[in-house]
Amino acid sequence: MTELRMPSLGADMEFGTLVQWRVKPGAAVKRGDVVAEVETQKGVFEIDIREDAIVSELLVAEGSRVKVGAPMAVLVPAGVRAPDERPAAAPPSVRPVMKAAPPIPVVRLDGATVPSGTPPHRPRASPLARRVAAELGIDLSAVPGTGDGGVITRSDVEQAATSAASATPPVAAMRPIEVSPKPPAATAGMREAIAAAMARSKREIPHYYLSEDVELSPAMNWLNTTNAARPVPERILPAAMLLKGVARALTRFPELNGYFVSNTFQPSAQVHLGVAITLRGGGLVAPAIHDADRLSVTELMAALADLVRRARQGGLRSSEITDPTITVTNLGEEGVRTVYGVITPPQVAIVGFGSIDERPWAEDGLIGARPVVTVSLSADHRVSDGWRGARFLRELRRLLGTPEEL
Amino acid sequence: MTAVESAVTPRVETATPQVVAMTYREAVREAIRAAMRQDSRVFLMGEDVGRYGGTYAVSHGLLDEFGPERVRDTPLSESAFVGMGIGAALGGMRPIVEVMTVNFSLLAADQIVNGAATMLHMSGGQFNVPLVIRMATGAGRQLAAQHSHSLEGWYAHIPGIRVLAPATIEDARGMLPSALDDPDPVLIFEHATLYNIEGQLAAGAGAVPIDRAAVRREGRDVSLIAYGGMLRTAIAAAEQLEASGVSAEVIDLRVLRPLDDDTILASVRKTHRAVVIDEAWRSGSLAAEVSARIMEGAFYELDAPVARVCAAEVPIPYPRHLEQYALPRVETIVETVQRMTTHAG
Amino acid sequence: MSANEHDLALLEAMIRIRRFEERCADLYKEEKIRGFLHLYIGEEAIAVGVMQALTPADAVVSTYREHGHALARGIDMNRVMAEMYGKATGTSGGRGGSMHLFDAPSRFYGGTAIVGEQLPMAAGLALADKMQGRPVVTACFFGDGAVAEGEFHETMNLAALWKLPVLFCCENNRYAMGTAIERAQSETDLALKAAAYRMPAWPVDGMDVKAVDSAARRAAESIRAGEGPHFIEFRTYRFRAHSMFDPELYRSKDEVEQWRRRDPILLFSERLRRESALDDTALEAIEKRVAAEIEAAVAFAEASEWEPVESLTRHVTTLAAP
Repeated sequence: MTELRMPSLGADMEFGTLVQWRVKPGAAVKRGDVVAEVETQKGVFEIDIREDAIVSELLVAEGSRVKVGAPMAVLVPAGVRAPDERPAAAPPSVRPVMKAAPPIPVVRLDGATVPSGTPPHRPRASPLARRVAAELGIDLSAVPGTGDGGVITRSDVEQAATSAASATPPVAAMRPIEVSPKPPAATAGMREAIAAAMARSKREIPHYYLSEDVELSPAMNWLNTTNAARPVPERILPAAMLLKGVARALTRFPELNGYFVSNTFQPSAQVHLGVAITLRGGGLVAPAIHDADRLSVTELMAALADLVRRARQGGLRSSEITDPTITVTNLGEEGVRTVYGVITPPQVAIVGFGSIDERPWAEDGLIGARPVVTVSLSADHRVSDGWRGARFLRELRRLLGTPEEL
Repeated sequence: MTAVESAVTPRVETATPQVVAMTYREAVREAIRAAMRQDSRVFLMGEDVGRYGGTYAVSHGLLDEFGPERVRDTPLSESAFVGMGIGAALGGMRPIVEVMTVNFSLLAADQIVNGAATMLHMSGGQFNVPLVIRMATGAGRQLAAQHSHSLEGWYAHIPGIRVLAPATIEDARGMLPSALDDPDPVLIFEHATLYNIEGQLAAGAGAVPIDRAAVRREGRDVSLIAYGGMLRTAIAAAEQLEASGVSAEVIDLRVLRPLDDDTILASVRKTHRAVVIDEAWRSGSLAAEVSARIMEGAFYELDAPVARVCAAEVPIPYPRHLEQYALPRVETIVETVQRMTTHAG
Repeated sequence: MSANEHDLALLEAMIRIRRFEERCADLYKEEKIRGFLHLYIGEEAIAVGVMQALTPADAVVSTYREHGHALARGIDMNRVMAEMYGKATGTSGGRGGSMHLFDAPSRFYGGTAIVGEQLPMAAGLALADKMQGRPVVTACFFGDGAVAEGEFHETMNLAALWKLPVLFCCENNRYAMGTAIERAQSETDLALKAAAYRMPAWPVDGMDVKAVDSAARRAAESIRAGEGPHFIEFRTYRFRAHSMFDPELYRSKDEVEQWRRRDPILLFSERLRRESALDDTALEAIEKRVAAEIEAAVAFAEASEWEPVESLTRHVTTLAAP
């Protein structure tokens, strides 16, 4: 048995419609006889038979649409008895099966929608500027662009990296660290980013606030004694002690150290303290001192000084920007007693220090003047509660009271 | 050196200290003359190349020297005589077919694109077509819309042909012999405003490579990439920019197909900025191709988008002031570069 | 070879082409051969007859309806069939297909899909032969459709002007695809048109292989003697459609039937029978030989390899990057 298949008559023929059979089952046909009429987009063609045969069965009804290569009739080639099986005719078409293509959906483009949880502003910078900024660890949003249309070019990035600022050494008291002036327009992007982050923080994070006054005379005595024995460049600022105290306290209060992401709190095994550094011109960065709990106070001081210097020069590493597990801020220099900070998402707490002032202090029934600092904690109530927050502050106070063990 | 390389690298010439003053036109003529003297298979065929002395006087005197068998005036039948060039090349000759200008080559486009370019491939590698077609090209002489095309980019689109644009006297002299050695079809575009330029050529100068671009002027701040008639415009712009403290590197593409990506990208990686200068219209131009390749190969080196300075999108007009305004100008190139290098160190 | 043997050879050559074309039609319907297929059925006498006048040193330039010319020129049928399939063993490595058969050893220069494009190239080949002093002929085959193209007129003019040794063989089958010659030409006497370019030109009955043979020999002899180009208009007919996907809406079945009575194979075999040069046994033997050769060619093509895609960019240019 062989089959009569719908022939391909052209490269773009996919189907043929059987208009009419010219033979009936049982008819004997000879090579070249016309057995059917088929209509295509080009017109009607006569289909002839390849070899002498008897038409055994017609498989397709008149009027049917048949794909090229599909069988239309069964034939018994002449000289072969009907019961005999003969190998099938030519192998099936190698053309891929053509399915009706699904209609192409029409995509309507709405006006640009700003996704909620605004991503940080993406500065316009040339590919080269981006590459160089990444290599040098520069935050592009802090770089003024002087290229065509305000684009940040490589030289702008290099300029930012090497911009000479008058080196202001860290001050004895806690002061906001400042960097050399930049044109106001330069921090517009940064301002926008801060605004977005703060707005989101207040929208999403249920803050609770606690504060505690810590008497620092043991700490300050230890500091002065330690510093007296050291050359000036190696001396420690009070800030380093306070940071160390926070870092160690956090190891016992993991619910204040980590990230709240996708409705889940992920505590961090490491303590990366984000230190808030203000920039003149209205910017703020809070890069991390990594593993602050593992550093000695001396090491922490060195890390802090280096961080401040690099924040001033624009040499921060991206990991320092992204890694803080908690932020510490102090505005003591500005004279405020208490700082109620806003948590930087995805962190879950922020510790604030006010100024270290001489205040009246009652102890053992006696009143004296002591150095006192007010420590505040703003924390995410989804993750911790006031009771735990209070215990954290108590621990911090205890640690600061034994400075030699920090 | 392999057989492949030897076809496109210069023949070693014994150096002589003399130079000869020569025009571009004379250099081309000398190239044809030398080729015809050295190889009896080489002959010149085209409109008015013989009795008239050549539309641009390139073949002036060649009919007298070589006779009508080897310097053949054809009727106005571009398709036929370009196709005959194909057949003659197939038959063992080395024809130089001169199509008067690229504007008339459209009448022979089928022979070039469907005939010459495809023969090697369609025959499965059996038949090379060692045909050289020379054409004048370009605008700037107030010849209006039909006589001012720069269609090199169209031909550079077609696999199977090599496309050359000699912009210097050295290349005018040296590209033809290398083209005649190429076993496959070569198109040589001579910008009509170059014929008169004068310069110096080393006496005995000969074949030059036809597989690479050339750095004509070194620089640090921007790569000006040009070819043919635009090379001199680019160099003039570079000189002006130098005066204002911008150091421009000038690349002469020389070979429009295959493009020398290595030279182009090495330059852009150094300067981080590129301007492509092309007398054709920008849409779908060779400049677009170069720009795309720079984007593909040196994206992370770019300090500014690749700029293109091309003809205004208008059929070239007749009056001088309009024509000059429509074509790439030194001022436009300089302005473009200055915008790219604002505040640059 | 005796006259009879020669005639039988002519008949066999025509039958060989006919059966090959019929088989190609079947293979096309089975999608073994793809793209376009232009059958030479009805025109066999021209290819076979003209080839009698050519030597291996001569050149042949043809058009897309070229299978007959290729086979009559002596190109191995296996390789022609493999080329139709697109296999790597084809004449062009499979790269060309039905319309682009090339064979360097037999100086067979294709095979073009652009009507009229080949005429200038043929004149160029002839120019090269003339300039190099070779007394050979370039036979250029084209149809009545090509006569409308500018290339025809440009080439006629140049060939005559420069006295190029070209044998222009116009196969006038009266239709340029679906356009009858009366609707395409103000002057339908094509030989007259060619003669206007000052070259010998005359019409010949393209259904009579002997007439074709003798006309071609006469022309080739003159051309070799340096008398410049000649033009022969072979009046013929194609019994099948222009290509496979053509419902022939432009001509009547009656017309086709009328011309079928002048089938060159039919006419010649009848003539040979009358001359007692052919009988059923001889004919059967011819058909058997032809069938065997075709079967072998199909088997060869089926068994041949496809070119691997890794070598796609070969044969674009000889030197380095395309």
